[in-house]
Amino acid sequence: MELYIRSNNNSSAIELSNIPVVDYVALYNDLKERMTDSRYHVAHYFATEVESGLRFFILILDDQTSEVLISSFAPDYYSEEGLASLTALHPQFHPFEREMHELYGINFNHHPWLKPLRFSHDRRNRESSMDNYPFYQIEGDELHEVNVGPIHAGIIEPGAFRFICNGEQVLHLEIALGYQHRGVESEMLRNQSRLRQTLLSESIAGDSAISHSTAYVELIEKLGEKGIDQDLNRERAVAIELERIAMHIADTGALATDIGFQLYQVACEALRTMTINTTQAWCGNRFGKSLIRPFGTNHPLTTEKIAMIRNNVKEIRRRYNEVRCDILEAPTLLSRFEQCGLVPTAEMKRIGGVGMAARSSNVRRDIRATHPWGFYGEELVHEPVMHDDGDVMSRLMTRMDEVLQSATYVEQMLANYTPTGKIPTPDYDVKLKTNALSFSIVEGWRGEICHVALTNDSGDIKKYKIKDPSLHNWLGLAIAVRSEGISDFPINNKSFNLSYCGHDL
Amino acid sequence: MIIGKAKILRSHGWQYIPDLDGVTLTEEFRGFPLLTDSEDKSAIKRAAAICPTHAINVSPFTLDMGRCLFCGECACCAPKNIKFTNEHRLAATRREDLIVMAGQTKPCFNREVIRPEISKFFGKALQLREVSAGGDASIEMELGATGNVNFDFGRYGVGFTASPRHADGLVLTGPISENMAEALDICYNSIAEPKILVVCGSEAISGGLFAESPAVERSFLNRYHVDLWLPGTPTHPLCFIDGITKLRKKQK
Repeated sequence: MELYIRSNNNSSAIELSNIPVVDYVALYNDLKERMTDSRYHVAHYFATEVESGLRFFILILDDQTSEVLISSFAPDYYSEEGLASLTALHPQFHPFEREMHELYGINFNHHPWLKPLRFSHDRRNRESSMDNYPFYQIEGDELHEVNVGPIHAGIIEPGAFRFICNGEQVLHLEIALGYQHRGVESEMLRNQSRLRQTLLSESIAGDSAISHSTAYVELIEKLGEKGIDQDLNRERAVAIELERIAMHIADTGALATDIGFQLYQVACEALRTMTINTTQAWCGNRFGKSLIRPFGTNHPLTTEKIAMIRNNVKEIRRRYNEVRCDILEAPTLLSRFEQCGLVPTAEMKRIGGVGMAARSSNVRRDIRATHPWGFYGEELVHEPVMHDDGDVMSRLMTRMDEVLQSATYVEQMLANYTPTGKIPTPDYDVKLKTNALSFSIVEGWRGEICHVALTNDSGDIKKYKIKDPSLHNWLGLAIAVRSEGISDFPINNKSFNLSYCGHDL
Repeated sequence: MIIGKAKILRSHGWQYIPDLDGVTLTEEFRGFPLLTDSEDKSAIKRAAAICPTHAINVSPFTLDMGRCLFCGECACCAPKNIKFTNEHRLAATRREDLIVMAGQTKPCFNREVIRPEISKFFGKALQLREVSAGGDASIEMELGATGNVNFDFGRYGVGFTASPRHADGLVLTGPISENMAEALDICYNSIAEPKILVVCGSEAISGGLFAESPAVERSFLNRYHVDLWLPGTPTHPLCFIDGITKLRKKQK
C-alpha cells in the first residue's frame, strides 16, 4: 500500500478520501529512513478531531522532485500506549509533536523535549501556565542563569529567553514562547467570512502580511477551483518581493544598530521607509495589508503605479548597493559578524531549518525554487542566494544579496508589463470544494510559510493550520548562541529576526 | 571605507521631515472616513454586513475607528456612503470620540478631558515604555519608526525607554493576549506617577479581529484610565506623533 499521496504546490485541493490512512508504525519506519536524506523536510504535521478520535496529517516536502508527500493515520484514541516519537530521531519534528502533546495530551514516547509549545488557550492541561515553564537547568557552582523577557528592552514582541552562562559564555539558551498567543487558528473558524479570514491571515505576522495573505488566498483559490489570471500572480509576486526588500533592509539596519554603526542604521531606515512608502502608494498600507485578496484585488497596478515602483526600486537598489559595498569593507563590522553565531550545515538540516537562515548555512531551501507557485517557476526562474559559513555575516550577506536579487525581479516583472485592466475585484463568495485538504506553501522573506485547511461536506473550513518559518528556526537561534558571549546575543537575534506572533498564533 | 561613507552621505542627502505637522500622505492612504447617509440604506447594510469587526452601524449611520481595520472593503461596497480620506490625524482622548458620525468632516480631539499635569510634567520630555501584548509586529515597527531618521520624534524630547522605572507612560499594542496580561499589569504598575497610558492600534483599542477570542484578556483597559487612543492597522507613525504632540501641548 502506498504510504503517501503525491501532490505539488500548484495542484488543486485533494479529496480527503484520497489521502491514505496508514499504520503509524509503517509511516514511522519510512520516515525514520527517509528523513535522513536532507532533500526531505517536514512542512506540517498536525492532528484534527474526527468522529472516532483524532486523525493525524503529515506533509513532507521533497526538494528534488518538487513533490509534496501527504499521509495520515488515525490511531486508536483510547489506547494509552502513545506513539513512538520521531523527534527522538529527527529533531525537526519537535515543534509539531510538542503542539499535539499540548493540545491533545498525546504521548510521544522517548521525545527528548516534550514541553508546552505556546500555552494556547485550548491546551489540554489548563493547570499549566506561562509562569511555571519548565526551563532546563544545569547544576554547577560556577554557572549562572540570565532571564530576559517576556518584555524586552525595545519596541518588540514578548518572549522569554533563559540563558545558562559560564561567565560571559552562553552554555545553553532556552526560548519560551506563547505570550503572543491570540488564538488565530481558532478565530479562523469563528465564521466562514472569507474577508475576515483574509484579514486574520494578514495579522498572523504583520511584518509578513503579504506572504501570509498570499498563502491564505493560494489555499482558498485551490479549494475554489476557479482559474487565476497570470497578471494577478505577477502583481502578487511583485508585492512579496517588495516585502522581502523592505524587511531585509530593516534587518541590515537593525544589525548596524546593535554594533553602534549609525551611518548604516540611518541609511537603512531611510531606505526601508522608501520601500514601504512604495507599497503604501500602491495599496494604502505600508505593510501591504489590503493588497492580497482571494480571486482578485482592489488595488490592481496602473501604468503610473508601475512607473512609480520601478523608479523607487531602482533608486533603493542603487543606494542600498552603496551601503552593501561599504559593509563588505568595514573591518570593525566584519570582526563582530564573522565566525559569530555559527549554525553548521548539518545542524541546520537536523533541525529542519528553512528560509534565508537555512540558505546562509548552505542548505538549499527556497520554495520559489523547489516548489514554485503562481508566477514563479515558469515565468520567473529563481536561483536561491546561498552562503556557506552559517554565521551572522552569512545571514547578513544572504539578506544583502537577496535585496538586490528581488530588486532585479521586480524590475523584470514590471519592465514589459502593461496592465490590461482585466484583473477582477475580490470574490469572497466562491463555493469551496467539499471534504478536501488544501495546502499552500509560500516563500516569505523569513522562509517557508505553509497553510493547510480541511473542509467539511458543506464546503466550510473546519480546520485551519498555519506554520510560520519561525516555528522551525527558533531552535536555530538557540544553537547559534551556544558558546558565544552573551553580549553577542542581540546581533544573533537580529540576524535571524524571527517572529513571535507567527510562532504563537 | 571613508570614501564609501562620504558617498553614502551624499547619495542619501537630508532624510528628515522638517515639518512633521505639514505632511500630507499619499492619496491611497486610508485614514479618516467621511460618511454620507442616504435614503436608500441597502449599500450601508451591505457594508455593515461585510465588516469583519462590526465597526459600522446602519442607523444611526456611524463607523467606529476603534474597531475599523482600514481594509477599505466597505468603501468598495458603498462608495457613495463611505470614503476614506488620507487624513492621518486620528487621535482621540475619549473612546467614544473614535465613533465617526455621518456628515462629520474631521476627527474629534477633545482637549478638555486632558489632565493638566500632562503638559506640566511631560511638555518638555516624555519617555515611554511600549508593551506588545499580542501585537502583530507591524505596529511595533511603526512605533520604532517614529524615532527613525525620517520622523525623528526624538527632536521634541519624545522617545522610548527600556525600563518602566525610567518611563513616564505606557504605550499598549495588541489585543492583550491572556498570556501577557499579567506582565502588562506589572509593567504598568512599575511606572511612577504621574503617568500616561496610550492605546495604539485598532486591535488594542477594541480587540479587533480578536475581540471575541478566548485567548485574550482585556480587563486591563477597564481598570486604568486611557489618555490617548490611536486607531490604525497599524497606526501610522505620523498619527502617533500628531496624537502625542497634541496631548502634551499647553492649554491656553
